[in-house]
Amino acid sequence: MIKKVGIPRALLYYKYHSLWESFLKELGCELVISPKTNKEIMNTGIGIAVDECCLPVKIFLGHVSYLKDKVDYIFIPRVISLYKKEFLCVKFWALYDVVKNNFEGIKILDYTIDINNKKSEKMAFLKLGLNFTKNPLRIKRAYDTAKIKAQEQKEMLIKKQEIFLKTKSDKIKILIVSHPYTIYDEFLGGPITKLLQKQDVELIYSDIVDEKEAFKESKKISNDLYWTFNKEFLGAVGIYKKYVDGIIFLMTFPCGPDSLVVDLCQRKIKDKPIAVITLDELQAEAGLKTRLESFVDILKMRRK
Amino acid sequence: MSNAKKISFPHMGNYYIAFRPLVELFGCEVIVPPAITKRTMELGSKNSPEAVCVPFKYNLGNYIEALDMGANVLIQSAGGCRFGFYGEVQNEVLKDMGYKFEFIQTLSNFNIKKISKDFKQINPKLTNQKITKGFILAFFKMIALDKIDKIIRENIGFEVEKDSFERLHKKFLNKLDMAKNLLAIKAVEREYLRLFKKVNVNKPKNPLRVAVVGELYILMEPFSNYNIEKELGKRGVVVIRFLNLTSMLHEYLFGMKHINKLIKHASPYLKYHIGAHGTASVAIAHRLAHEGYDGVIHIKPFGCMPEVNAMSILHKVSKDHKFPIMYFSFDSQTSETGIKTRLEAFYDMLKMRREKNEKN
Repeated sequence: MIKKVGIPRALLYYKYHSLWESFLKELGCELVISPKTNKEIMNTGIGIAVDECCLPVKIFLGHVSYLKDKVDYIFIPRVISLYKKEFLCVKFWALYDVVKNNFEGIKILDYTIDINNKKSEKMAFLKLGLNFTKNPLRIKRAYDTAKIKAQEQKEMLIKKQEIFLKTKSDKIKILIVSHPYTIYDEFLGGPITKLLQKQDVELIYSDIVDEKEAFKESKKISNDLYWTFNKEFLGAVGIYKKYVDGIIFLMTFPCGPDSLVVDLCQRKIKDKPIAVITLDELQAEAGLKTRLESFVDILKMRRK
Repeated sequence: MSNAKKISFPHMGNYYIAFRPLVELFGCEVIVPPAITKRTMELGSKNSPEAVCVPFKYNLGNYIEALDMGANVLIQSAGGCRFGFYGEVQNEVLKDMGYKFEFIQTLSNFNIKKISKDFKQINPKLTNQKITKGFILAFFKMIALDKIDKIIRENIGFEVEKDSFERLHKKFLNKLDMAKNLLAIKAVEREYLRLFKKVNVNKPKNPLRVAVVGELYILMEPFSNYNIEKELGKRGVVVIRFLNLTSMLHEYLFGMKHINKLIKHASPYLKYHIGAHGTASVAIAHRLAHEGYDGVIHIKPFGCMPEVNAMSILHKVSKDHKFPIMYFSFDSQTSETGIKTRLEAFYDMLKMRREKNEKN
């Protein structure tokens, strides 16, 4: 029986943590979640990964390395596609094999969601649950409870953000467009949100949005887009644009999908000031600070 | 007639010859963009998003050069990885540059109905019969190109008279491009298969054999990989490449079956598909390590996601089997001398490894 399972605090964790945690706990599993990203974790990851890997994957490997001796299994789900004819970035396809080949003798707990090949989330969790109990009813119950809980949490966040958006205030409002694993990471997005909050800016997050509405809205900017996460944030731009003073696109280097999508956004959105910030492992906080300050200054001047 | 339609498409190696019968279906003048040069690259990268992978920049450079030659209809194919999204962004970039043109994206998959609809949209006079003919011609031209290419790759390093392969290749390309029907294509193929076999070569009994694997565009567009195959050949290496348009068609037709076969070849290093040709890169390298090849060269555009996935696994394959694998990333800023130096060092290492193994 599997007892201790480690979840790396990186990549999909930021989107699914509530679902994962409550599902696994419901089935009597002891969870260890790696701490917030720190310098050591990042440097370990950089040491393991191929140079050209994107920074979030490097950080992910750092978290795996932190966990590997502390738990029996490491939880690394594999998500290929969440909707028909759409995909996630291929880095999510390969995490299992990349980790397996980089850490000798590591044990991985995984599931695969691939709607294009008829592998649904429900089936994936059922199979995953079989590692802990033989009782399918118990697994189904655990999945349903976890799913409802995750949904409620997301709806609450969306509602909160909506109220926040619609109340008039003198503060500058900025929409941050980024992947959850970038903006919520202590080391990547952390310094940026802190710097902005220090300047008395109100932040709106692109991942807190109703998926269906966002997908519909994204069609207005791009018809062909097939990366689910990018579609979601594109839709969020469309929905939230009119409420904010400016938009910050936060990318990591080198992000494949973002390199194209963010460029398209810059070309198509002409009515709001846009700043694009690309993070890499060598970032200097002073430079970041200057850029953010001047962006906020521009927004303030426009208001007057 | 200023509003006559003139159609163009991006380059990939010599495949413009196979694309031509398809593009001609649209019923208007075809403009083949000039062969890729440094200028193409400069035009492309100046106007592209900064962090995009390099095939985007080459495609864009081709478009700009074609538009400057008077083209007003551009074609982009689709499918796979970032490539499927190229079209929409390229369309926008070129519009922002002030060009006026029509942009068609087709062949995103081999859905026959969808393809015939795409083609008829531009040329309403087309019949299904004509479309079929166009595809058949394109198919057989592609096969002929790939067959001859293979012979050249494996022999060019051993030619007795300098440039004899290249000269013959040029003639072949011209003739194949002119062939207007199936019989003519087949005749050209047969004739040149014979001629190429007759070229004088001085091949040692057991030459070094190196395979090139990686991302498809960089593999198939010699300009983009700084003629890596020819550079290897020059040093007397038999170059093997498994990926070409013919093989990609095969992949498409067999879909998951093909992928599963590759995963089997790559086992125990892979359990799952890691995207685009990443799985193939690992599978081929693993197989060749067992089959006594001398080494593998892995090439890709900088930041290519599926191939970056493959790299971290290739490192392990290479380490476990003591099998030399060399990695090259290509970008608009890549230095040619750097590549040549590294290639030379790799070649020297392979030769020394061979000698050492023979002594034991």
